[in-house]
Order: sequence, then structure tokens, then C-alpha cells
Amino acid sequence: MYGFEALTFNIHAGYLEAIVRGYRSGMLTAVDYNNLSQCETLDDIKLHLLATDYGHYLQNEPSPLHTTAIVEKCTQKLVDDYNHLLSQATEPLSKFLEYITYGYIIDNVVLIVTGALHERDVQELLEKCHPLGMFDGIATVAAAHSMSELYRLVLIDTPLAPYFSECITSEDLDDMNIEIMRNTLYKAYLEDFYRFCQKLGGATAEIMCDLLSFEADRRAVNITINSIGTELTRDDRRKLYSNFGLLYPYGHEELAVGEDFDQVRAVVEKYPPYQAIFAKLSYGESQMLDKAFYEEEVKRLTLSFEQQFHYAVFFAYVRLREQEIRNLMWISECVAQNQKSRVHDGIVLIF
Amino acid sequence: MSGSGQRLNVVPTVTVLGVVKARLVGATKGHQLLKKKSDALTMQFRQILKRIVQTKESMGDIMKSASFALTEAKYTAGDNIKHIVRENVQSATIKVKAKQENVAGVKLPKFEHFTEAGESKNDLTGLARGGQQIQLCRSAYVKAVELLVELASLQTSFLTLDEAIKTTNRRVNALENVVKPRLENTISYIKGELDELEREEFFRLKKIQGFKKREVERQRKKKFEEDQVAEIDWEKTHTKGFGSDLLVPEAQKDEDIIF
Repeated sequence: MYGFEALTFNIHAGYLEAIVRGYRSGMLTAVDYNNLSQCETLDDIKLHLLATDYGHYLQNEPSPLHTTAIVEKCTQKLVDDYNHLLSQATEPLSKFLEYITYGYIIDNVVLIVTGALHERDVQELLEKCHPLGMFDGIATVAAAHSMSELYRLVLIDTPLAPYFSECITSEDLDDMNIEIMRNTLYKAYLEDFYRFCQKLGGATAEIMCDLLSFEADRRAVNITINSIGTELTRDDRRKLYSNFGLLYPYGHEELAVGEDFDQVRAVVEKYPPYQAIFAKLSYGESQMLDKAFYEEEVKRLTLSFEQQFHYAVFFAYVRLREQEIRNLMWISECVAQNQKSRVHDGIVLIF
Repeated sequence: MSGSGQRLNVVPTVTVLGVVKARLVGATKGHQLLKKKSDALTMQFRQILKRIVQTKESMGDIMKSASFALTEAKYTAGDNIKHIVRENVQSATIKVKAKQENVAGVKLPKFEHFTEAGESKNDLTGLARGGQQIQLCRSAYVKAVELLVELASLQTSFLTLDEAIKTTNRRVNALENVVKPRLENTISYIKGELDELEREEFFRLKKIQGFKKREVERQRKKKFEEDQVAEIDWEKTHTKGFGSDLLVPEAQKDEDIIF
């Protein structure tokens, strides 16, 4: 398959791939992070960022700077980049790009449903939504009172409809259900995305399936660890794991019965790619797991740039930008809270 | 010393003196009691002050770690997590109960926190990522809130106690420097007046006695004179017949006969 798709790839997606690679070279490097972590105030950080791709966005920020303002502006840059790509994309790349945002749409829908349950103001809720996960008619989500109504009135017109049909069984909306609903939706989304990528075939399928498998496995591990000691039953837990990935199916069975962190570790260490992640952690320490996973993810994402003629670069770009925003958030918070000794605990170097 | 030289506007009588003296005794007793109360309050005040300083010092550290825990949670679970957590909350899990404590008759407000059972709505938040960090952040902030409640309790006690001490001290000072001197002045005034009255009375008595004496003397004298006069008269009448020409030659001088 390889050579053939490369022949025609550039007809539709060549320009956008070039753009995305251009964006990639604009990302912060180790040198930038070094400089940033030397900063004493948020204004210093702004000063450094002015020299990067973010400069244009932070330029007009008034001086008493706040971390949220920085994060917001950087997110704005990601959203603008994404929209630029989306507006130029043709099928099937546009479809692929839309798939990337479904995760945010799920988060937003869940957020609004939760807020609506507690009778919050919809307008207020909308402001809190992630800009990448906006769709037409998102405000009407709050009007729904039951799950079936929500589906019938609003979601049927959104790309999420097929995912919702899987968890439509729970009639009433309460908080326990909502968190499970979010994860069921996300599971359905990942599986759908996985199938879509497989359908695309070629290098895209190869790389994306690898990335999504990692994502699914990470979710499985996290869900297990985070549900230890909660009222989530083993069966329910099992249902939240996506049905693909390296851990599927045997690892999932073992994870579902895991009762503490070391059991989870024992299960996951059987899989060579994950052994390296856990090797970095000392026994009984679950705190740094998230960072270890982030590092592994970033490594895999950056590797996707090594190949050409595939769509995974777009996915990788969005994810890397996200990580970059996380890094910036971490640095600014450390600087703002005078915790400079912790700065390096949160930075995941990208390039 | 304000109030020195002042006195109550009273009629200086023995009854009033008794009343005022009773009042002085009452004032002295009250002064002693209030002084004791003030001391007790000041002691409590110092203790509270010490605890406030301690709590405030630990507050700094705990708030710092709590807000950093929030940063960690945001880092792993995404920036939007705070909205998700907030929308999930229905009612407060930690509530504050107000009580009253009695210190030397002063009612101090006291706040206590208690955890409402049956919460844990947010247990599953961040299931897919950052759940642990969220729980850590939660417990860090619970600690911070508990400390805040304690601090609030101490601060309110502090203010109330401060007010109470001020009033008590004012009363102590007023009793010591105004009421007591005034009563003492009144007493000395009444005593002085009474003495004065007594002296006057004595003098008057003396005067009357002297007058009486003089009167008696005078009457006695008068009587004596009358007696003598009577005696002379009597002699006169009796000696007239035979000796008058001889005894009173000049007085009974015959008129000169002029020719």
C-alpha cells in the first residue's frame, strides 16, 4: 500500500501537511523551556513567549498577567491553527480532523449536562467549554431532562449520535452515571476513531492505530487506578475499557480485578512497551505515572513526524500543542506560586 | 485624675452617710471582681493570640501546598477540570457549626467544622486521567478549609474578647478613678458637714447655757435689789416719825423763807 498512496497524497493533503510541519517547527524547544523555567515573574514568561509563535497572541495582554490568561491565549492559538487546517481540508482529511475534536465535544456535552442537572446558567456553562469542542446547538443540550430526550433533541444531529446510542440505556441522569457516561462515550469514540483510521489504511492506519492503542491502554490503566476504592464495580470497570489496544483482551481481564497499584503494575509490566514506563517509577509510587505516560505519548507523537504522507501528523500536532500548553501552565503556575524547585517535575520536553 | 474633688449631690445626714458608705463597699467589691475578670480575659486573650499566630503560620504552608495540588490536578486532568468538579457539587460537604463558649461571663463565638456524610459525588471525577490528583487536591483543600474555619473561630473570639476586655477595663478604671473617689469625697464631705453641725450644736448649747446662766444671775440680782429696796422702804417708813428731821437735814430742808 505504501508507495501508492504516496503518489496521490500530495494532491489533497500535501499543502496541509506542509503547514502542519511548519507549525511543528514553531513549537517550543528544550532551549525555550530552559529559558522559561529561569523566569522570575509571569511578565518574564510573556516576554519569552513574545519571541515565539505565541507572541502574536500574548502581545496585547495587559500587564497584571494571570496563568489562566496565558493558557487561554495559547489554547486560542491551537484553536486558530486547527480551524485554519480544517477550513482547507478535503475529505477524508476533514473527517479525520473532525474526529480529533470529538473528545472535546464529549467533554463539553458532559459538562453542560452536569451543569444543567444542577440548574446552572447555560451561558455561563458555555464559557467554560473547550473551544475545540463547540458545535452548533450546543446550548440546547441543557434543555434536555432525560437521556432519551437529550439524544432525540440534540445529539442526533451531532457526530456523537452513534456513541450515545450505546449508553442510552441509562434513563435518568445522575452524577455517578455522568462520569460513567463520559467514559463510555469516550470508549465508543476511541473505538470508532480506531475503525475509521483502519478504513483509511496505509501509513495513517499504521501510525494512528498505534497511537490510539496507546491512548486506550493508558485510559484502561488510569481508570483502574482511579477507581480503586470507589463504588465502581469490576464489571462496570471492565465495560469502560476500549476494545482494542495492546492490553485487550487478556490485560483487561486482569486489570478489571486489580485492587491496588502494585497489582496494576504487575499486569501492565507483562507488556514490554509499558515495562519501560513503570521501570521509571519506584514501587508503590503512583504519583509520577501520569507524567511517565505523558512522556511516552510525546515520544510516540514526535515519532509520527518521521514518516510522510499520512494523517497522524495532524493528530500528533494537536496533542503536542496540548502538551505544550500543559507545560506552559505548569511553568507559569510554578513561577506564580514560587515553587520553582518543582518546575522540572512537570515539563515534558517535546523536541 | 478626673473626678477627684467631685462629690455626689446629697443632703449631709447620717442616713445618707450610711447609704453612701454601703455604696462604697459595693463599689470596692465590684472593682475587685471586675479586675479579676479583666485578668482572666487578658489571659485568655494572650492564649488566643498565640494560637492565631501559630495557625496563621501553618496556614501559609498549607495554602501553598493546596494550591500546588490544584496545579498538579490541572496538569494531569486538564484545565477544564475545575468546572467539571464544580458542576458536580450539590451541597457543601464540610459545614460550619457555630457554638458559644463562656469565658469569665463573656460569650465567645466558636466555629466547628463537620463533614456531612454521604457525599463523594466527585469520587469518579477524572476517572480516565488525573483522578488521584483530584482526590489529593481535594484532601489538601479540605485541610486548608479546616484550618480556615479554626482561624475564623479564633479571630472572632479575638475580636469579641478584645471588645470585652476594653469594656471591662473601662469599667475597672471608672470604678477606680471616678466612682470610688466620688463616694469617698461624699463620705468625707458628709462627715465634715456632720462635724460642723455637731460643733454648731455644741456652740449653740453653750450659748444657751451661758444665756441661761446670765438670766438666772440677772434674776437673782434683780431679786436681790428688789429685796434691798423693799428693806430700805420699810426702814424709811418706820424711821420717819422720829428721826427724819435729824437724819436728813439737807433732804428734808425746809424751804428758805425769804422775807
